[in-house]
Amino acid sequence: MVTVSDYAGLKPAWCPGCGNFGILEALNRALIEMGIEPRHVLLVSGIGQAGKLPHYTRGNVFNSLHGRPIPPAVGAKIANSELTVVAVSGDGDAYGEGGNHFLHAARRNHDITYLVHDNQVYGLTKGQASPTSDVGFVTKTTPYGAANPVNPIALAIVSGASFVGRGFAGDVEHLANLIKKGIAHRGFALIDILQPCISFNHRNTFQWYKERVYKLEDERYDPGDKKAALERALEWGDRIPIGVIYQVKSLTYEEQLPPLSKGPLVNQAVEPARVGKVLAEFM
Amino acid sequence: MPIDFNFMVGGEAGQGVQSVGFLLAKVFARGGYHIFADQDYESRIRGGHNFFRVRVSDHKVNAIAEDVDILIAFNMASIELHQPKMVTQGIIIFDGEKIKGVSGNNGSLVSVPLEKLAEEKAGDKLMLNTVALGAALAAVNYDLDMLNTVLTDHFGKGEVGDKNIAAAKAGYDYVRSEHNGNLRKIKPLSEPKRMLLTGNEAISLGAIAAGCKFMAAYPMTPASSIMEYMAAKSKEFDLVMVHAEDEIAAINMAIGAAYAGVRAMTATSGSGLCLMVEGIGLAGITETPIVIIDGQRPGPAVGLPTRTEQGDLQFVLHAHHGDFPRAILAPATIEDAFWATVKAFNWADRYQLPVIVLTDQHLASSHATVDPIDLSKVTIDRGMLFSEKEDDPSEYMRHRVTKSGISPRAFPGLGQALVVTDCDEHDEEGHLTEDAGERTAQVQKRLRKILPLKKEIGKPHKYGSRGAETTLIGWGSTYGAIHEAVDMLRREDVRINMLHLSELWPFPAKAVADAVSKTPNTYAIENNATGQLARLIKAETGYDVSHRILKYDGRPFTPAYIAQAVKKEGC
Repeated sequence: MVTVSDYAGLKPAWCPGCGNFGILEALNRALIEMGIEPRHVLLVSGIGQAGKLPHYTRGNVFNSLHGRPIPPAVGAKIANSELTVVAVSGDGDAYGEGGNHFLHAARRNHDITYLVHDNQVYGLTKGQASPTSDVGFVTKTTPYGAANPVNPIALAIVSGASFVGRGFAGDVEHLANLIKKGIAHRGFALIDILQPCISFNHRNTFQWYKERVYKLEDERYDPGDKKAALERALEWGDRIPIGVIYQVKSLTYEEQLPPLSKGPLVNQAVEPARVGKVLAEFM
Repeated sequence: MPIDFNFMVGGEAGQGVQSVGFLLAKVFARGGYHIFADQDYESRIRGGHNFFRVRVSDHKVNAIAEDVDILIAFNMASIELHQPKMVTQGIIIFDGEKIKGVSGNNGSLVSVPLEKLAEEKAGDKLMLNTVALGAALAAVNYDLDMLNTVLTDHFGKGEVGDKNIAAAKAGYDYVRSEHNGNLRKIKPLSEPKRMLLTGNEAISLGAIAAGCKFMAAYPMTPASSIMEYMAAKSKEFDLVMVHAEDEIAAINMAIGAAYAGVRAMTATSGSGLCLMVEGIGLAGITETPIVIIDGQRPGPAVGLPTRTEQGDLQFVLHAHHGDFPRAILAPATIEDAFWATVKAFNWADRYQLPVIVLTDQHLASSHATVDPIDLSKVTIDRGMLFSEKEDDPSEYMRHRVTKSGISPRAFPGLGQALVVTDCDEHDEEGHLTEDAGERTAQVQKRLRKILPLKKEIGKPHKYGSRGAETTLIGWGSTYGAIHEAVDMLRREDVRINMLHLSELWPFPAKAVADAVSKTPNTYAIENNATGQLARLIKAETGYDVSHRILKYDGRPFTPAYIAQAVKKEGC
């Protein structure tokens, strides 16, 4: 049985009271409740405070470059399709530096789960505006206010992601359940997580989110309806939906690769002599 | 009399220049001849001027020649451009009904109504290039049956194949009956069969033979045909080729796959490699084996997209910040490209680092005959692997500090060991650290790997006169042209030799210093504007190469070009 001690990692170097603690707790809970052993988990992260998360739990870890958790996660998933691959980013990592990978991973529907710690600000570099900062957000790099934010939920839906959810770091139980659904889903699962940054975002605070979030599960809502999902994706302000916003069954990229039907690539034997047959084609 | 004969096929993009050139190369390769054929094309889909040169020889050749014996011209521009290089007995095959006002030595002009014959005999005027192919073979009295089997293999049995055979016969018969004068005679030889390969095909086959299971890339001339070939063979060889969203994704995907335990590669050209640079360092610090093919083309930026250059040497030596080991190979010939690729995968695994294979458009898209490859000589060495039978997996540390600098690898999910790595500086376990001692230990450990790697680097290739007064120095794809230039000059009693490098980094400084110190005149022969190898030799040995013959017009060297340039400098 998988227990809490299996997922006890290094002591986090995050600010006390950071929203990241709730996300870490929710991820651990999800993995434990799903009975997945750390050795079958691959956590791939980028750079930023979110990128440090894999070190604070246990599993196989590939802490990658800024903006790049998705490509190595995709490569590793294709190499060993039996791994539970969870990529971890912040909003700058995912939607700024790594924006192109995000769009294309959603489009190709890779079977990975993507957790984005979205605190609407850069933490590690100390307080600059991020791609999701609210319009007008004044920081050292945006003295006249931030420009329009990207809408990651809408982007993921229109780009072809087959699972799009939003969680809140302040509701660990709800988030843990959402992460479980994302991991269980076959295909690209984006979970954008509202995460208060107590040091640099004094606008979108714990209280600010708490007053606005509502659970889609509490409403009559069909996450299979793309138009309805897009409507909820556009909802931001007084009310912010959390939960599974969109989910649809669709073939994953990996399911469409013939060699993977024979098991993980990494277990397949290599025989140089087999090339002989092809050499004859050049005679 | 030795046979060394050159066909040239010229025309606009879309006129079938490439396919006629390829089929000519194929039919003579089938007939036991050695082939070297290159392609010169513009960055466009239709129009412009393209040509395909096929050198047919009864001895091994690794370079193009400048003379043209038979020119197949699909447009006036081909005649105007290539006529000055025709040999005295040369023949120009063209459609006089379409190209009017061709002047020159009448004996050399063989007008064939290509389009008319294609329509009459094959029922399709688009077959005119196959008519020209038949006509060219008649001009050397070659075996038409051999062409028929090549056409069947290429176009398949059935209507298309039959039409092509009829078209070829029409051209062949026309020239035999209308121009039965002093035609040359080239007969098939009874030689063992050889393969006709491009450099990129050799690289792809090398990668598959070496057990590469994953490739991610973004299309870019001249590297795209590698990803296309790998994709085409992915089902047959159980490998995956991902057409990534960009080069950054491509290299990072390959690194992820390699971390998870499969052999992985990417392929690009210079400006794509610019985007991949961050991945080179990621592979360096995470000690992930990866093979990167850089098919060079003239830069900077987009440069000359379809042409050749050796301008990336200094770039790949230094690409990325910080200090970490890497290896750089630059295959000399198309056959060498196969073996260099196999070697690259073994070195990558053995030393857990990025290995860059430098080719260029000239090597990547030229065809050459290659003796059958002995696959039993392909060895696969995955390097040092962690054994859970011998060691406790709970104590596994991906970046364990060892004497050799090499830490045994484990793969995520395959055993009990957790495999942790980080692009931040990390401790032995792989967790990020800022500890000064850990940092120093990891940097030193990584750099230590270069010592055993250095011993793997092969000696530079030497060829030519003993006691030579002149040494020509080159690297990579210029091997064939330099080799032949040495032969040409030696026939003129010049005491000359060559020194050629195909394993460039870690740099074989002692071997190079020993070789160059013996001759008073040294020439760096390079397809770039600044003599990048000469600069590397200076940096690594302190030796100043005395002369430079540099070509950076996007076109490859010919042996004659090098020989003339050396003579001009006064060897």
